[in-house]
Amino acid sequence: MSETILIADDEKNILISLEFLMKREGYVVVVAHDGQEAIDAISKEHPDLVLLDVMMPKKTGFDVCQEVRANPDLKDTLILMLTAKGRDTDIAKGLAMGANGYVIKPFSTRELAQKVRDMLDQA
Amino acid sequence: MRRFDWRVAIGVAIIGIICLLWLLATGILIWSTLDETGRDAVAATLRPSLELLILMWAISLGAVGIALRWLVAYFMTAPARLAEDAQVLLGTDVKRQLKPSGSLENRSLTDLINQLVQQRETLREEMDALVQEAAHNTELEKNRLAALMSELSKSVVVCNLDGRILLYNNRARMQFHRLSQATKVAAGVELIGLGRSIYGVFNRKLLTHALENIQHRLQHNVASPSAQFVTTTQSGQLLRVQMAPVRAVQLENREPTQMMGFVLLTENITHEFEALSQQDHVLNTLTERSRAAIANMQVALDVLEYPDLEPAMQESLLGVLREETQGLGERIHELKSTTVNGFMSHWSLEDMLGADLVEAAINRINALEGLTATEFSVDTSVWLKVESFTLLEAITYLAEHVHQQCGVDTVQFRLSMTETHGQLDLCWTPLNHEKDTPLYCEKDPIRIGGEKSSLTIQDVVERHDGAFWYEHETEGNQAFFRFLVPLAKPQEQLDTSALMRKESRPEFYDFDLFQASEQTRSLEDCKLTELSYTVFDTETTGLDPSGGDEIIQIGAIRIVNGKLLHQETFEQLVDPRRSIPAITIPIHGIQPDMVKGQPVIEEVLPAFHAFVGDTVLVAHNAAFDMRCLQVKETATGVVFDQPVLDTLLLSAVVHPNQESHRLEEIAERFNINIHGRHTALGDAMATAEVFLQLIHLLAEQGIYTMGQARVAAQKTYYARLKY
Repeated sequence: MSETILIADDEKNILISLEFLMKREGYVVVVAHDGQEAIDAISKEHPDLVLLDVMMPKKTGFDVCQEVRANPDLKDTLILMLTAKGRDTDIAKGLAMGANGYVIKPFSTRELAQKVRDMLDQA
Repeated sequence: MRRFDWRVAIGVAIIGIICLLWLLATGILIWSTLDETGRDAVAATLRPSLELLILMWAISLGAVGIALRWLVAYFMTAPARLAEDAQVLLGTDVKRQLKPSGSLENRSLTDLINQLVQQRETLREEMDALVQEAAHNTELEKNRLAALMSELSKSVVVCNLDGRILLYNNRARMQFHRLSQATKVAAGVELIGLGRSIYGVFNRKLLTHALENIQHRLQHNVASPSAQFVTTTQSGQLLRVQMAPVRAVQLENREPTQMMGFVLLTENITHEFEALSQQDHVLNTLTERSRAAIANMQVALDVLEYPDLEPAMQESLLGVLREETQGLGERIHELKSTTVNGFMSHWSLEDMLGADLVEAAINRINALEGLTATEFSVDTSVWLKVESFTLLEAITYLAEHVHQQCGVDTVQFRLSMTETHGQLDLCWTPLNHEKDTPLYCEKDPIRIGGEKSSLTIQDVVERHDGAFWYEHETEGNQAFFRFLVPLAKPQEQLDTSALMRKESRPEFYDFDLFQASEQTRSLEDCKLTELSYTVFDTETTGLDPSGGDEIIQIGAIRIVNGKLLHQETFEQLVDPRRSIPAITIPIHGIQPDMVKGQPVIEEVLPAFHAFVGDTVLVAHNAAFDMRCLQVKETATGVVFDQPVLDTLLLSAVVHPNQESHRLEEIAERFNINIHGRHTALGDAMATAEVFLQLIHLLAEQGIYTMGQARVAAQKTYYARLKY
């Protein structure tokens, strides 16, 4: 059975491409457009990995991360943060909130796909 | 009549008795050696001349008396007088030559004393000259210090260890005015003043902490310890403060590390901080948004490379690319128009009155040979943010350039402003009317009098984030170079004139406060001469504050260290929100339209309360003025619980037999002129001068302390008056 990936980002421009790419990689893809939607989708779909944007309406990626880690049912969900926030302090915060990885925009799609693969394989 | 001298009489008596005794003894001796015949013969010889003998004895005694009198006068009275005269010379400053008299020795002694007096006078004169010179030098140094302080662009406040301000400069005065929460009331004078506590502005704990840091470092012999901190004031301004110690002069018995006070250098960095925060925010937003946009584009491009892409998908990805590219362009445009001005604040641009810049430029150009510059149309309200040195170099170069290229010998200046920039034009009337010759010189290195600078006009303009061009008016015959330079913020031009009093040099320092420390004694034990006072007066709509009469003016002046501080006054009209009875207008001279638009009592009293601070309140007939303040306690929430002294009562203590203790009468008694009787400030100033005199007179009656003065005042008859 193929793995499920949730892509949470308020930018529809990146959602289109990422959804296409991840489907091409053979994953089942679910999308969310804001923080709250992301939490709901994670609770409902139990994705294996979440590609999580930080700056989102309603709830930030940091909040989502924290809630997921606080929920015993969801705490093993892999989270890869995708963000334009590139300061060292933001990366530290993301990792502290419980993200498994942190990718700064812009990024190479090939490397992103590889990183997702590696994370799922290691899990 | 000459004084009877007992000494002479006693001398004569003693000599007379001795002579008599000697005569008797000799007679008895001779008598005993004679036989009967001889004795009879002697008796027969002397008996008829006995009266003559006694007469001669008396005459010789008289002669002795005269001789003695002369001797006493010569040898005793003259030295005694000399001693008295010398005593006078010793005890007083009388300068006179003593007249020699008496014996030779006495005369030479008088001469010697005269010489000593002369010597003393010479020494005294020399000493006076030295003291005067020293005093003059001290005064000069004080003036220099005051001048230096007033010119400093940083605020300087010097405090003693109790936090009492003993020196501040005008910059500090202006800055603290801006920190005031009630700037429109009495020009915000409540925060800074000699003898006032710095803790009214800064948090006590913060300053104590900084002081401890410095003291710690002093103990470890750090060469020049100082502490720096940034603090927010009550009015929300951000201040950067640098604290340095004032060390005691090194004496033998004193530790050199002992601190006497501290200096605070403060800088208001609110604007700077806001500008930096804004820049930071802009940069962060730009970075993040651009990253996101580039990520969107990159991922879209990667997907577009898939050969088997459906046309619909392809179209939507191209749409993504178009949208993101457009978004990026818009953001950069937005950034350029909104924030670049903020970035430019890094340059060391100074605020300058445009007219001053024009004047400086004219002076420079007029110093050049064969070229005259004049003002043409200068808007004197324009303030510019400029780097004046380079801008003046550029303008002078351009004038010289025009002179050389076009042969004109007169240029003119025009200054005006647009919404965002100041517009400075260097104009001239071209001689060559036939052809419009544009002058290209933007990239020329600035060259003045043969000296070449590394800057070009373009550099100077870029430094100002401005613009520069050459233009030839189509109508009219003027040609000009135009500079667009940023305008200075309006708030940065205010206050200077309002706060700089044009009178004599301000009393901005009082170093005697270094010695003052009130911490160890309670107020009651404090000497009247050492306390700080706020002497005040109110003008009202009538004499019944409880029955609805309102304050229409408050005036106050401070006394610190026994000195009247003419620079630290409070004067504020108050809108009473009721009519002013016509009958009272001749008394206070305040017309109804004068109080229109003035702050109301709820705004004025908090500012006045802050002005009073922890000083002692003084008023003439204080019961009335205090009642006026007390009836407003509920409405304003401001309680004046400072100790109060009343000059009316104190005058009654000092002059119990005088019938009147009205302010005019007391002022007349003390020869004090009242300027502006029945204006609140005029009366407050007169009361203050009366109070200073009263302090001396109270001391003569043994009343030295606050407690003693209050007890004495309460005992007087007038204390029974109640409002």
